[in-house]
Amino acid sequence: MKDFIIPWDDRDMGTPAKTGKPVTLTVDGVEVVVPEGTSVMRAAAEAGISVPKLCATDSVEAFGSCRLCVVEIEGRRGTPASCTTPVAPGMVVHTQSSKVRKIRKGVMELYISDHPLDCLTCAANGDCELQDMAGAVGLRDVRYAPGENHFEVRSSGEANARYIPKDESNPYFTYDPQKCIVCSRCVRACEEVQGTFALTIEGRGFDSRVKAGMAGDDFLSSDCVSCGACVQACPTSTLQEKSVIELGTPERSVVTTCAYCGVGCSFKAEMQGDQLVRMVPHKQGKANRGHSCVKGRFAWGYATHKERILNPMIRDSIDQPWQEVSWDEAIGFAAERMRGLQEKYGRRSVGVITSSRCTNEETFLVQKLTRAVFGNNNTDTCARVCHSPTGYGLGQTFGTSAGTQDFDSVEHTDVVIIIGANPTDGHPVFASRLKKRLRKGAKLIVIDPRRTDMVKSAHIQAAHHLALRPGTNVAVVTALAHVIVTEGLADEAFIRERCDWDEFREYAEFASDPRHAPEAVEALTGVPAEELRKAARLFATGGNGAIYYGLGVTEHSQGSTTVIGIANLAMMTGNIGRTGVGVNPLRGQNNVQGSCDMGSFPHELPGYRHVKLPEVRAIFENAWGVQIDPEPGLRIPNMLDAAVEGTFKGLYCQGEDILQSDPDTKHVAAGLAAMECVIVHDLFLNETANYAHVFLPGSTFLEKNGTFTNAERRINMVRKVMAPLNGYEDWQVTQMLANAMGAGWDYTHPRQIMAEIAATTPSFAGVTYEKIDEMGSVQWPCNEANPDGTPLMHVDGFVRGKGRFIVTEYVPTLEKTGPRFPLLLTTGRILSQYNVGAQTRRTDNVVWHDQDVLEIHPHDAETRGVKDGDFVKLASRSGETTLRAQITDRVSPGVVYTTFHHPDTQANVVTTDFSDWATNCPEYKVTAVQVSPSNGPSDWQEDYAAQAAQSRRIQAAE
Amino acid sequence: MTQITPAPRPEDLRELIASQMHLEGPLLPILHAIQESYGHVPQSAVPLIADALNIGKAEVHGVISFYHDFRDAPAGRHVVKICRAEACQAVGGTAVAEHALQRLGVEWHGTTANGAVTIEPVYCLGLCACAPAAMVDGRVVGRVDAARMDELLSEAGA
Repeated sequence: MKDFIIPWDDRDMGTPAKTGKPVTLTVDGVEVVVPEGTSVMRAAAEAGISVPKLCATDSVEAFGSCRLCVVEIEGRRGTPASCTTPVAPGMVVHTQSSKVRKIRKGVMELYISDHPLDCLTCAANGDCELQDMAGAVGLRDVRYAPGENHFEVRSSGEANARYIPKDESNPYFTYDPQKCIVCSRCVRACEEVQGTFALTIEGRGFDSRVKAGMAGDDFLSSDCVSCGACVQACPTSTLQEKSVIELGTPERSVVTTCAYCGVGCSFKAEMQGDQLVRMVPHKQGKANRGHSCVKGRFAWGYATHKERILNPMIRDSIDQPWQEVSWDEAIGFAAERMRGLQEKYGRRSVGVITSSRCTNEETFLVQKLTRAVFGNNNTDTCARVCHSPTGYGLGQTFGTSAGTQDFDSVEHTDVVIIIGANPTDGHPVFASRLKKRLRKGAKLIVIDPRRTDMVKSAHIQAAHHLALRPGTNVAVVTALAHVIVTEGLADEAFIRERCDWDEFREYAEFASDPRHAPEAVEALTGVPAEELRKAARLFATGGNGAIYYGLGVTEHSQGSTTVIGIANLAMMTGNIGRTGVGVNPLRGQNNVQGSCDMGSFPHELPGYRHVKLPEVRAIFENAWGVQIDPEPGLRIPNMLDAAVEGTFKGLYCQGEDILQSDPDTKHVAAGLAAMECVIVHDLFLNETANYAHVFLPGSTFLEKNGTFTNAERRINMVRKVMAPLNGYEDWQVTQMLANAMGAGWDYTHPRQIMAEIAATTPSFAGVTYEKIDEMGSVQWPCNEANPDGTPLMHVDGFVRGKGRFIVTEYVPTLEKTGPRFPLLLTTGRILSQYNVGAQTRRTDNVVWHDQDVLEIHPHDAETRGVKDGDFVKLASRSGETTLRAQITDRVSPGVVYTTFHHPDTQANVVTTDFSDWATNCPEYKVTAVQVSPSNGPSDWQEDYAAQAAQSRRIQAAE
Repeated sequence: MTQITPAPRPEDLRELIASQMHLEGPLLPILHAIQESYGHVPQSAVPLIADALNIGKAEVHGVISFYHDFRDAPAGRHVVKICRAEACQAVGGTAVAEHALQRLGVEWHGTTANGAVTIEPVYCLGLCACAPAAMVDGRVVGRVDAARMDELLSEAGA
């Protein structure tokens, strides 16, 4: 298959790359130098010689079962398998002697004797390694008479007991045992690459078959998480994407970046014309290294879902049905309304919300719209509700608002702390890479109220699971610091050299106070003191220590404090500034890092520079030829408050569904309802659009050019693989709106926007599309000092100079349990669904999660008379909703858990409007609730459903 | 008559699993212990074993299915295995086997309707010098012909 964008070397090298000292050998007369430990097969591939193979592929370790790759080595007896034979200095290898040719032909003949010869109608026709190898070894004839086999449904009139019908239970791929050559590549990919261990070989000898799960399971009922690594590894059509079965093999491919989570996996979008056939993770992708999860690989059907809106729509008020209009009319309507509102209510009465799902370039334009065209700083983004405390906390302590490492760093870590993150569900590809490291012996400490799959799943187990009470992160992190300081485990040399020693002294004094001892906080946090002490000792003394954290840290009233506490832990143990260590936020959305970098916050211009600084404003004033308001603008919660008060009237909301994703749904709805012009720019009529006056259809990541920045600060290229169904890329729509309001922008390609970003933002100074094309991706800061980007931050010193220790006093949240609301609700997500589910709910991913459920401990369920699967009412001081209960001991007694993927459940009607003291990041993770049996939807759910149905009407064209 | 045995209780299975956990590579000892107690390895044991050893359910299934001697359902009261390997075949083993199947009216791996005998093929009992060979409840028997087989089956109650 040709790649028409970039000539990546995509050959299968047969076995994984190794590192080691160089070894020189000769393969078929060609001298080649490879690292020690490399297989003969890979060495041959390096020399440009492909040894025939079936059971080997470079994503998994060699297995040596197919015997097709045999070679002759001078001075050695027999014909060793080249995949399992490591190179040795001076080795002389012959891959094509008459002896090995004969063996290969014989092996191939045996394989084909138990394989159906229906190549012409097979889904893998043209993309089948068995077919290729039959050709490569020159198989011309199969001498074996038909006998016992696995592929005939009936043999000599009787049902063939060995025939197993196709398993089509997975929505995205099929398992067809008759095509299987039992090479075990799928089983090994599931184990080594994904780390789920859902597949096995059942039986022995001729009875051996690939099997998902245990007896009686199919792919869907097994432990399979549908990552597709097995499908990718399969050399035949045994495991085959249903899209390829339906459409045929792709004819071209374009390398692009996934638009789901913050891991930012690189993919090859494999196409037929402008029809996407399949997504295959890109081997050269530095974030994912050729792996993916179910969302990125399979859940792209939303792009062509029938509910996608392709024509602009307007209406005077939200009780009217939508009216489809031309782009000109819609843009004109929106521009006129916004200008009118500004004239009537003032310059600062309108604002924007940028999207963490759109590209850097699009985000840059949206904040430019408010700063240069609206003339205020009313811009915010969904990072407000997720990682704004990360920006604040790491900015204060280290000097940059981003993670310190690249994902490759996890391969060198010895002790990992995961706090408030559930990577197997939220960041699956990172989880697979971490699990691989854990299986090699790294130790893991999990700090989470819930027993996530990282705590214990096949072949991995956390050394310590600190199952704290929701809301006590700061107490636990400070207690860890207490143990490290009081037991003399701090890395004094590092602190003296790299940090402010006086600040450390102050912090050490604070942390050593007996009130922070694990024993003193045990009653509060619910974490056994001894366990916490052991965890602290392990982290401080176990070698390279890395901390990965997620929204379980940030989405608290003390989110910023916990981030600071985490930074303190890393600094006091010397775990900053080299490979295998660091502090790493797992960012939620594909471009949430980028949207923060691009100046989406009301107080910061691009590059995290405060809007009050005249020298920073001057840069943009010169570039844009406008005056920039020196006053910071409104954050999302302030916009909503101001709207309810009547001073904020117009909003342009791109690619974010604040009504579903933001806390305290009722308050959000009231704010939106009070505005006079809400412009929603999205793929679907989302929940926010129920309150919108203008709907501008958006484009998917497949339909635009641009860049995403992932959690490791990696700027990845997004490439257009098909024309936008709605007619315009999102940046073009923003430009049209700006121009309708008199801006006069004339961008013709996102590369011009990136050039403007580079010219105005120091950490992006060296970024160009040419550089990203050439390098594949680049990690900011990318400037004169680091022309090729910066995989590791703070190597020789902190960005801010000296690392800063800040005292982390624990202040309990005001959200407290009591007799009426005795349980603590914490929220999270699940593997198959993404965020508010607007995309994944419109794919077959719903077979894994068709509704949000409430996880409740058996003890709490029993005292309330709740049985598994019952409808229950979940009520807090803010509101109530109903959903089904799932009884599980994953949660502790006193804690309940749910996800927020489905709008008809709306977990956020329950969450409160408490928020982080520094950044207003909402406290999603702690809500006092009561659970009681229920018969059906709450009143609120019924009203909401009625309002949504009313509001989504579209007037028939006349 | 079918044998009615109570389904193994999870707590008993857990106890059996725990009793072998001190061993190095405890999976096979666990499977043996369970089969010894219940005459088979019930499906309900698979998730418990997987959980105890922290491995995938598929992996446990892979191991169980690799060994023909681990059963997924209880056998009859007596298990008769007849060798079908080359040496026995050379001296009339096939005829003995066919005779036995015909007399019992079952297929290989079948159990007689009265639950008395389960019949299974085996590939070499190491008794080639005294072929054809069979094995009844773990006891090997040499030089088995049709008459001797009838005798063995009658003793077993078939």
